[in-house]
Amino acid sequence: MKRVASTIAGLTAGLLMTGSAIADSHETHIIVVSHGQANDPFWSVAKNGVAQAAQDTGANVEYRAPETFDMVAMAQLIDAAVNQEPDGLVVTIPDAAALGSSIKRAVAAGIPVISMNSGSDVYESLGVTLHVGQDEYPAGVAAGKKLAAMGGKKAICVNHEVGNVALDLRCSGFAEGFGGNATVLPTSNDPSEIKAKVKAALESDASVDTVLTLGAGTAGEPAVAAIKEIGSSARLGSFDLSPGFLQSVVEGDAAFGIDQQQYLQGYLPVLFLVQNARHGLMPGGNVPSGPNLITAEKAATTIAGAKAGVR
Amino acid sequence: MTDLSRSDERLLKASLITRILRRPELGALAGLVVITAFFAVFASDKMFQLSGIMNFLSPAAHLGILAIGAALLMIGGEFDLSVGSMVAFAGMIFAASITLISMPLWLAVLFTLAFAGLIGWINGMIVYRTGLPSFIVTLAFLFILRGLALVGLKAATRVQVAMDKAELSSEPLSTNQLIHAIFVENGGATQQRGLAEKIEPGFWSELFSGDALEGLFHWLAEAGYTATFKSGLPKVTGIPVEIIWFLLLSMLATLVLIKTPLGNWIFASGGDPEAARKSGVPVSQVKIGLFIFTACCAALVAMLTVLDAGSTDAARGKQKEFEAIIAAVIGGCMLTGGYGSAIGAFFGAIIFGMVAIGLTYTQIDQDWYLVFLGVMLLVAVTFNKYVRRYATGEK
Repeated sequence: MKRVASTIAGLTAGLLMTGSAIADSHETHIIVVSHGQANDPFWSVAKNGVAQAAQDTGANVEYRAPETFDMVAMAQLIDAAVNQEPDGLVVTIPDAAALGSSIKRAVAAGIPVISMNSGSDVYESLGVTLHVGQDEYPAGVAAGKKLAAMGGKKAICVNHEVGNVALDLRCSGFAEGFGGNATVLPTSNDPSEIKAKVKAALESDASVDTVLTLGAGTAGEPAVAAIKEIGSSARLGSFDLSPGFLQSVVEGDAAFGIDQQQYLQGYLPVLFLVQNARHGLMPGGNVPSGPNLITAEKAATTIAGAKAGVR
Repeated sequence: MTDLSRSDERLLKASLITRILRRPELGALAGLVVITAFFAVFASDKMFQLSGIMNFLSPAAHLGILAIGAALLMIGGEFDLSVGSMVAFAGMIFAASITLISMPLWLAVLFTLAFAGLIGWINGMIVYRTGLPSFIVTLAFLFILRGLALVGLKAATRVQVAMDKAELSSEPLSTNQLIHAIFVENGGATQQRGLAEKIEPGFWSELFSGDALEGLFHWLAEAGYTATFKSGLPKVTGIPVEIIWFLLLSMLATLVLIKTPLGNWIFASGGDPEAARKSGVPVSQVKIGLFIFTACCAALVAMLTVLDAGSTDAARGKQKEFEAIIAAVIGGCMLTGGYGSAIGAFFGAIIFGMVAIGLTYTQIDQDWYLVFLGVMLLVAVTFNKYVRRYATGEK
């Protein structure tokens, strides 16, 4: 009887402790709204960064994103987040016109907002505190210069998220840096479609010697397969990283991957906002999370990180 | 002496319960109750405050306007899979006519509706002339319109750049330059911006954008009846105008279906087109009219979202054709036609909006959204089926 009583007492104490632990973690509430589809390997890494930050800080962090690249739905998700009056809000800004009023509403409601990934050109005008990400246009220029230096004359830029200004900027930066003849190939974010389209583009015009893809897992890997299958000698560079694509860089099937280190884009804003909510701390300016060009020398060490879901 | 009511089953009075069970929208209403209960338990209480309700009614309204069109068309025995692409296409037409041609808003609205209606008419005519299933014909238009939206947007943004250049050099844009920008040049963006500066505030912009009853809601917040943020900003500044459109359209569609000969024609055309034709119903005209109406619903959603966002892009409305059909099916429409209701689609769309936004008020990982959606659809249609079987005695 006594044992039963002490067990119950122990259980109750345990429950109370977990109860208070939950109460503690509810103290700081951060919401992240991104435009990245959950099935995109790139975004699952950013989401891992968010989850790690939540674990490290003990804050209650929620990650939300629309199911397709849908700016109207994303604006509604931001509105929903603002209604919950979190201590901080992290957003991506692929379309400032469509998301602007929702973000301004968050700022007007007194919620600190940090933008990440996309929005470096507009964050200030919307009242966003700071931006964590990679400047897309210069990164595109860097990729174009590198591929031109490797001897490229005619290039295609594969856009798998048509409607996202950040990707438009990458392609136009690439065209600028490449200098030569560069055209855009629009696709969906379906790898098999991308593979088929890249194949068709290379087969229909044998003078295309350079391919730039804007996402490694979604577009880079299918492009590697396409180039291999038709025995083309086209050089391939890609934005972002994935384990498969890095392996291709190691093996020489691809020239380089551009790491914008999106794990940090998920991790840092949450960290900053939690510090801000608890101690009023905030960095004094933007944090450039990339670009970091990963060539064959660096690739081997990066693969481990990619497998662990941080690159 | 025979008892009339016994000799003719049509004159039998059904019990109240049977009559309720026979309503196609019952399943959707029950679904709404279940989903509301679910979120009442698992979601933050902020979801069912005024700001939260407006928040999930807004996507529900966008989808609902499409679903009303889809429901009428399904009752009429046809599908339109091109409505999602139509949202992107009509948005492109609408944005281009305002930014490039500087049309006044009222004209741009009429122009967009006319253009969308024309494509609806083409859809209907192809179905009518070839006898192909509308599923296939409109599936083709799903791709055609999505592609045209992309092509058109990129051309429109190239023309915009050329026009800006011409304005800087204060020389008018020559026809040659225009043709060059449209057909020869490469590049262009997949997003069209800059609508906000072009639109004059007035009756027409009030009709299609912003909130209604702003004064009332401002007063309510000031008087402390509705919630404000810590900064004093009212949480709800008015009823988003798309919700009003959604309500009006639902009422109109219900009235037409229940109270008018046209409503009977729609049911008859979907139920048994041959029998309907023989009894003098202009089946093909009814169906073509419904295609036009569905396309115009999509154009309305396009205009509402373009004005709301101040921009359009080539990805707008993706997958909306399926969501609209799902909402109509949850609302009791049958894929075989001839059965369903507009009110059911109304509830179906609200269920959809609640699930889409509601998950953000819970601690459930967003990755589960599609699973949740699929399960909900399955439960709703299974429920509908059993209720109908019970009510009508069909085997």
